[in-house]
Amino acid sequence: MEYKLTYQTYNEALKKDKLLGLKCNNCGTITCPPKMTCQECTGTDLEVVELSGKGEIATFTTSFVASLGREGEAPYTIVLVELEEGAWLMGNLIDIDPSKVGMELIGRKVKLGHKVYPGDLYSAGEGVRPLFSFAD
Amino acid sequence: MRRVAIVGTGHTKFMFNSPKSGVELLAEASMDAINGSGLKPKDIQAIYCGNVLGDFSEGQGMIQSYLADDIGCFNVPASRFEGACASATMAIRDAYTWVASGFYDIVLVGGTEKATAMGTPLATRTFAMFSDGRYEYPSGITFPAVFAMLAHLYSKRYNIPLEKLKETLALVSVQSHEYGVKNPNAQFQKEITTEQVLRGFMVSSPLQLLDCCPFSDGAAALVVASEDVAKKLTDKPIYITGVGQASSGKLSAQYKYLPRLRAREVSVKQAYDMSGLKPEDIDVCELHDCFSIASLIAAESLGFAEFGKAGELWEKGETRIGGKIPINVSGGLKSKGHPIGATGASQAYEIVRQLRGELVDQGRQVEGAKVGLVDTLGGDGVIVSLILSAD
Ligand SMILES: [Zn+2]
Repeated sequence: MEYKLTYQTYNEALKKDKLLGLKCNNCGTITCPPKMTCQECTGTDLEVVELSGKGEIATFTTSFVASLGREGEAPYTIVLVELEEGAWLMGNLIDIDPSKVGMELIGRKVKLGHKVYPGDLYSAGEGVRPLFSFAD
Repeated sequence: MRRVAIVGTGHTKFMFNSPKSGVELLAEASMDAINGSGLKPKDIQAIYCGNVLGDFSEGQGMIQSYLADDIGCFNVPASRFEGACASATMAIRDAYTWVASGFYDIVLVGGTEKATAMGTPLATRTFAMFSDGRYEYPSGITFPAVFAMLAHLYSKRYNIPLEKLKETLALVSVQSHEYGVKNPNAQFQKEITTEQVLRGFMVSSPLQLLDCCPFSDGAAALVVASEDVAKKLTDKPIYITGVGQASSGKLSAQYKYLPRLRAREVSVKQAYDMSGLKPEDIDVCELHDCFSIASLIAAESLGFAEFGKAGELWEKGETRIGGKIPINVSGGLKSKGHPIGATGASQAYEIVRQLRGELVDQGRQVEGAKVGLVDTLGGDGVIVSLILSAD
């Protein structure tokens, strides 16, 4: 069975600040990031849809350590955002001082942008990360 | 299915910068387990071992085969298990299954890791491989960051002010170090205070240095045998009476269930159902405290506390020896150390020794312990549960 929305296709769209997801024609759930099957009902009758890119911060952390080759990025804030469509998406939060953020972030409304992660020896090429900024 | 028992154990010291190779470490633990069982290497019918990062830390894959040769188990089928930090527990569960089925009578299980050889930046990179490499690593996710996000979510979900939660979490690390002092195999043999935890370097907010387990080198091994063989080898066989294993997807795919980990709840239910036991029947537990918050999350899923209430166990001393459910009285991953491929075997080693009553001299024996629980988490997606019983 062919993958409906691959990493590459999803990333190419994200590079244009378009967030793609999969709408399940069985139960209506939006699965994002994409997978072979619906996150809730495991259905495969899925349709590629463009999501709003809007949501609110469910949780966060500011990392003061970074992996090999990414030391220059620290400190940076990672967020899990609950999208308007229900799915959760991991990304970074920008336009803040990462070392000063706290619990007040949870529930803040955010909107999506992107930044290319160039990749390293182990990543099989580049990746694209969602960059969130406050929408309120 | 036949009954299956653990008959012998071995455990190296866990440490930073071990002068020994991963194979040497596991060979030492394995020979102690084999000799302790009154067996010879030729008696071992198969080897199952956990090793996660040998490829990166030593440029050594296929460690299972070299181990088999190293200890003179020539040409036996040897398999390597990779489930991040739960690798060795996976190996034990599979050994159980193969012996219970009657296919083998005697299997050597264990695990080894030499993580500190990588240095912190590469170790951080490789540990992040147990998050989703495509959709989550680009955001800079690290192993501590996963649990840091769960800590903030825990604070929010259960309405516990972060400052109060952090004080409770500090108690988890303090207790672990207190018992680690009594464990000669532990990496850290030094008590710490709540103030030290709360003053530590911020790793990934809100988790500070002493909320986090260390990178470690070390190995542990066990010999698993069928009941009839076990009874001939030892008068203290420790039976594997319940096993469970479950998996889950990337952190974001676990969305609304977080900070609970559904895989753990599925896995431990399998083990409880199989053994016919309940959380209140467990006398001693080794759970996966890779980070202080991970202990609370685990204790709740394992059934020792209501969701959002596990902190009270540590606050009231219920996790200490003499408390309602002694947890990680080995020092846990925090103080004993966390050589990831070996951790599950180390946890099982600890429970076996508790159930055999062998820790009196170390001053950390849970008196009269008959049933123990092992809980191991790998990355954000693998859980293995084992229930061990003295009879
Ligand atoms: Zn569906």
